[in-house]
Amino acid sequence: MQAREDTEKEYVNQQFESTLDSVDRAETLIMDAATAAGFPEDDLHKIGMATRECMVNAVVHGNRYNANKSVHLQVSGAQDYLKIRITDQGEGFDPAALPDPLAEENLLRHSGRGIFLIRAFMDEVEVKSASPHGTEVMLLKKKSVSD
Amino acid sequence: MSVKLNTRQIGEVTVLDLAGRITLGEGSSTLRDALKDVVAKGQKKILLNLSEVSYIDSSGIGELVSAFTTITNLGGQLKLNGLNKRVKDLLQITKLYTVFEVFDEETTAMRSFT
Repeated sequence: MQAREDTEKEYVNQQFESTLDSVDRAETLIMDAATAAGFPEDDLHKIGMATRECMVNAVVHGNRYNANKSVHLQVSGAQDYLKIRITDQGEGFDPAALPDPLAEENLLRHSGRGIFLIRAFMDEVEVKSASPHGTEVMLLKKKSVSD
Repeated sequence: MSVKLNTRQIGEVTVLDLAGRITLGEGSSTLRDALKDVVAKGQKKILLNLSEVSYIDSSGIGELVSAFTTITNLGGQLKLNGLNKRVKDLLQITKLYTVFEVFDEETTAMRSFT
């Protein structure tokens, strides 16, 4: 991890209001960063999908659209990976307590697939409590090697 | 950026042509409202044409699942047609490909309604 940080370039470091418009704007910024970093089309889709789900979680489930709370987005990367940190100011959650969306009894649930999709589309996902409160999610995508 | 919707009636089947992105907010609420409207009119055979849909998020998937459950519970049928590879992949990852009836051709989809 230390070697990664030595050569990292920061693309985005920004606070967002807790609105769906922020989700769209953050998605655009992240996609611009991933494109500038040279990620192939399939990776771009996966990064866009995962980060959108993560921003939605921060705005909707974390900050609950509270105008007094913000979401912090940091995007950095190096030649072979992109790292995205999304931090909300909500009450936090335990990802281990989330029901398995692939379990037979949960397949027809309306919601509960966001974190699952984030994990499916990214190479590394870390969820931890933020200080003094909230949740920080770190997403890392390694650049696919083209054939 | 968001979703566009057109409704066609072919015999007993209501076809909803969707285009754009079905995501949390306007996209998913447009789909939800349209399906509620169709069900309120007593239509129970519904084909969602997703051939112009580029992107669906987990909220959009949730709307598809809710609509499927509602219409199935009413004795109706909701089927999907024209999914692009990414949307198909999404349904496969979430194991919903086995829940929905999915078609590549509208004529085949239309013939499948009973």
